[in-house]
Amino acid sequence: MADNSKSWDGYSIKKKLDVPEGLWCRCPGCEEMIFNRTLEENLQVCPECNYHFRISARKRIEILCDEQSFEEMLGNYSPLDPLKFSDLKTYKSRLKEQQKKTGQTDAAVVGKGYVKGRPLILAVLDPEFMMGSMGSVVGEKIAVAAETAQEAELPLVIVSSSGGARMQEGVLSLSQMAKTSAAIARLNQSGGLYISILADPTTGGVAASFALLGDIIIAEPGALIGFAGARTIWHTIKVELPEGFQKAEFLLEHGFIDMITPRNELRSEIARLIDYCGK
Amino acid sequence: MANNINQGAESTIIKSNNNDWLDFEKTLAELSNQIVELQNLQKAKGIDYSPEIRQLRNNLVKLTTKIYDNLSAWETVQVARHPKRPLLQDYLKIIVQDFRELHGDRCFGDDRAMVTGIGRIGREKVLIVGHNKGRSTEEKVACHFGCAHPEGYRKALLKMKLAEKFQLPIICLIDTPGAYPGIGAEERGQAQAIANNLMEMSLLRTPIVCVVIGEGGSGGALGIGVGDRLAIMQNAYYSVITPEGCAAILWKTGEQAAQAAEALKLTAKHLLKFNVADQIIPEPLGGAHRNHHDAAHNLEMYLVNTLRDLRRCKMDNLLENRYRKLRRIGQYSNNGSNKAASAKTRISGLAGNLSESAPETPVRKKPIAH
Repeated sequence: MADNSKSWDGYSIKKKLDVPEGLWCRCPGCEEMIFNRTLEENLQVCPECNYHFRISARKRIEILCDEQSFEEMLGNYSPLDPLKFSDLKTYKSRLKEQQKKTGQTDAAVVGKGYVKGRPLILAVLDPEFMMGSMGSVVGEKIAVAAETAQEAELPLVIVSSSGGARMQEGVLSLSQMAKTSAAIARLNQSGGLYISILADPTTGGVAASFALLGDIIIAEPGALIGFAGARTIWHTIKVELPEGFQKAEFLLEHGFIDMITPRNELRSEIARLIDYCGK
Repeated sequence: MANNINQGAESTIIKSNNNDWLDFEKTLAELSNQIVELQNLQKAKGIDYSPEIRQLRNNLVKLTTKIYDNLSAWETVQVARHPKRPLLQDYLKIIVQDFRELHGDRCFGDDRAMVTGIGRIGREKVLIVGHNKGRSTEEKVACHFGCAHPEGYRKALLKMKLAEKFQLPIICLIDTPGAYPGIGAEERGQAQAIANNLMEMSLLRTPIVCVVIGEGGSGGALGIGVGDRLAIMQNAYYSVITPEGCAAILWKTGEQAAQAAEALKLTAKHLLKFNVADQIIPEPLGGAHRNHHDAAHNLEMYLVNTLRDLRRCKMDNLLENRYRKLRRIGQYSNNGSNKAASAKTRISGLAGNLSESAPETPVRKKPIAH
């Protein structure tokens, strides 16, 4: 679920979208001060402790794809407010705010691109837009991406970074889980390759649908991956989670992902996997 | 004496125990008490109060109809969670003949929150998959109040594959607040188990009918909720998150659950409107808990008719329709217009046609390196 709160019951989430504004920033991993330009050159990864900062979808595409090779699809898709949802703010005003902040219409960017010369269909969730949560637009884009990959016989790469289903679109968001999974199922059946990359965070309805259905599942170091968030678990069974719980390393240990790959090696990893498994 | 009073729908309302009135039913409780008092008085004094009683009963029926026709979302949630509401076990007893439970996921264990088994509904041999909430406290604890673990979802899938192999239609009866959030569940891959069910169920080559009989909580419900038809009982709910969970996140306090329930549009009527559910199965007056048999009868009617319809469909068409049904759900705008785009028109048009769907005119550049 989209969740922006900072702390509860003494348990604090230190991670926010912390791509820095000024000259310097403090790394949430090791508390070191890092020069912003260094961080930028290092693909938003802390050079001291290897902490992977969350990055926007555009930034991700820039990092992954060959220069200028990305060709966006469905860029004009934008969310509606079918539930006329309103909590402390209306969904409409939240959307406007987020659209202004990020310059995106919703939390996913999909298109065709090249990685080291290999053509592929790429879908990237944007953690800066309502925590990358999946509503109708994200669901539709992922489904179209899978269908396009199947039609064009291209590998599909999805980079997930999402809090889960978007509450503000209610049961329509929930249904996107089934829709995206069904689209992946068809791609799978047709023999297409789907590489799922899990960036921080991949939780809730996104983890419980397309994100964990990859033929190959890669996680970035330290990414939070799980079904129920720490807060939900705390509220339900009053158990505080052990250190490192639901981190990428934890999932690797429990057999749910294939590998952990640092950001600067993702491109070559994708290229290698396509060479082995792609058509 | 008073025995001539007709035994109709109203009798089921009065029969109910005084303790299970919900908050919004106070007026009904009062009326019902008055009727009982008059009946006792009648017995004790031997005076005939039957006209008055009849009048009160009529009022009670009218009032119940009025209240239940206008339930708020939060009231619906309360009815869906009513302690006397028929559970999977009740429906199994009433409408399934020869039920044999099949246990275990062959991998880790046997999750009591998920029940799977074979039996007959009408003339049809089926596999039944459903959440088990438990009635007594011990049962409830044993099955985690209907919150299934990964092994539950894996068991469900295993048995569904069995059904596919032997051409048994699958009936999924959904009644869960959500998948179990806990350490063991996470360690054993709750998200992966649910995701896998969603993917596999979309391809199973046998008819699947899903019915939300009580609570349809989030991924836990959807994990056995992908099929050819989705129906919802009149007073059940189906939502992306429980109202309490939503309130805790968006309002920062669980106390706004009623407001959250309203905002989430989680009632049967809304589901029909959003094309998520295909049909609403009516419940007896005053909710399914007033009369388990009537509720079960309506469910049985629906299942028998739907299975008959689905049986007529060729398997390839069935799967294609299942996919299209899932594919259609969602509301968004494209082409910059603010009109709700019906995905119907877009399913075939998009795939494979990149240039058409990229109106932002990005300049196509050649790949840099090989």
